[in-house]
Amino acid sequence: MKVIGWIALNAFRESVRDKVLYNLVAFAILLIGASYLIGQLTAGQDVKIIKDLGLASTSIFGVFMAIFIGIGLVSKEVERRSIYGLLAKPIERYQLVLGKYAGLLLTLAINLAIMAAALYAVLGFMTWRTNPVIRTTWDAPGVDPRMLAAIGLTFVELSIVTAIALCFSTFSTPILSAAFTFGIFLAGRLSADLRNFNQVVDSPAAATLASALYWVLPNLAPFDVRAQVVHGQPVTFDYVVLTVGYGALYIAALLAVATLVFSRRDFK
Amino acid sequence: MMGRPLLPLSRLWQTIAVLVMVAVCLGAGSALQRAREARYEVPPIEEDSLYITSGRALRFMTAGYNALAADLYWIRTIQYYGNTKLKTKAEGTTPTAQTDYRLLYPLLDLTTTLDPRFNIAYRFGSIFLAEAYPGGPGRPDLAIALLEKGVRERPDKWEYMQDIGFVHYWWTHDFQAAATWFLRAADVPGAPWFLRSLAATTLAEGGDRRSSRLMWQAIRESAEIDWLKNEAERRLLQLLALDQIDALQPLVDQFTQTNGAPPADWTPLVRAGRLPGVPLDPSRAAPYEIDASGRVGVSRRSPLFPLPVEPQRMFTPPFA
Repeated sequence: MKVIGWIALNAFRESVRDKVLYNLVAFAILLIGASYLIGQLTAGQDVKIIKDLGLASTSIFGVFMAIFIGIGLVSKEVERRSIYGLLAKPIERYQLVLGKYAGLLLTLAINLAIMAAALYAVLGFMTWRTNPVIRTTWDAPGVDPRMLAAIGLTFVELSIVTAIALCFSTFSTPILSAAFTFGIFLAGRLSADLRNFNQVVDSPAAATLASALYWVLPNLAPFDVRAQVVHGQPVTFDYVVLTVGYGALYIAALLAVATLVFSRRDFK
Repeated sequence: MMGRPLLPLSRLWQTIAVLVMVAVCLGAGSALQRAREARYEVPPIEEDSLYITSGRALRFMTAGYNALAADLYWIRTIQYYGNTKLKTKAEGTTPTAQTDYRLLYPLLDLTTTLDPRFNIAYRFGSIFLAEAYPGGPGRPDLAIALLEKGVRERPDKWEYMQDIGFVHYWWTHDFQAAATWFLRAADVPGAPWFLRSLAATTLAEGGDRRSSRLMWQAIRESAEIDWLKNEAERRLLQLLALDQIDALQPLVDQFTQTNGAPPADWTPLVRAGRLPGVPLDPSRAAPYEIDASGRVGVSRRSPLFPLPVEPQRMFTPPFA
């Protein structure tokens, strides 16, 4: 466990050295700039739109980070040949995979936390600036703790995407890994339609295949509760627990595959 | 003590040279662009287009970021409405392809398909889709269709039901349908008390100005954005203008009866002491006008023009 922790810390340091945190500055500037411009364009919907934009940006930036850092976690070590030095040390291969994964999750968690803080700061400013009478017409309060549920589920979704990227990274080139991961991310976002495929095709074989794909592909749509939260709709504790549980099991399966592939890979 | 220069002199000059070159290129590029546009005028965009009309296709294309896409369509909707309204002022009173608000419903429909809980889009649509030209396309049917979509998505929103009742009351003058929707709204938990009495008044005295006033006041109180609030204010002023016209018309009729012809303006009535001064309409922007037949009305310059056609009473008293 200690070894995994050290590898995770090093992976985190490496991502910081890669200037990933500049992402946050871009996010903050985007959000603050947008909040001033949007107020002029939206006929009173500025807070809703800032929430939508902020939560969607958190997810989009996170997905890009998860994919583009995730695909390099193992392949970069192979490319730089530093993998030989690492494997010569008393480190198990599964520890390397899990440590790298945990390091990227730490990077993502810190990114998300800072982006959430920036979003709350902008919303706090907007709330303070808005007339209390107008505030009563909002679907949800400006600074709404329920948004944390949306950000938390986004983090679990990003953890799945990272696990997919890491899995591909153990056996494929970075470009192909990025393409596959992005494809699976999109399919996962839209997989609900596969479930009802039998209603649009006549072929039972195609319907069965679509149904099988629905159960095999990650179902990422349930992790998106942003619209509910922005409109002040409840997201129940049960829902969050079931969704996070599904995410954890899916990640465990992906990491198992990644570990298996990586442990059998011949680097000679 | 002098510190180490940030850049060696040669690198500093290189940087300055590059910055100067960038400034010169951009400046010269802008000058060429201006010259080209002076010779070959950039054609204005003739027609607003909506390339994607299927909400379902858009939901796929946005890969789950539907709420963000809905926000973009909402911004486009209000810009489209505002621009079209400005064009109607510039181009006159006959609707053209540029001014007939043909994209207003598809834009609102896309917005609410992408984000089915986008409350303000439904309520905006209920007011401005039904509004007659030049304020809107004059399509109460589409306003009702949009609101019914909202009711399917949010059966707890009594405001949408109130708005459907209102469209029936104000635009289609179907008081039976209006009262049915007001009652349906009143049955929703949390709905205000006045909806039930509004339903009763609508059935008993459909078309009276008091009910209209009550409805616009309700819309003003529950309006979430200034656009809706301002429209409700304008409608309330129109109702006040109708009251004032009812008071002014007998004075003009009496003058016409006495003199054999209606007055050209208010001067004879003011001189005769029948009025303290030239009567301004409630917007205070223009005085009331008297037409050649002696009918009092608001000026075309007034923001209250044109006044609404008042709905006929649903029940005519049997011995009237």
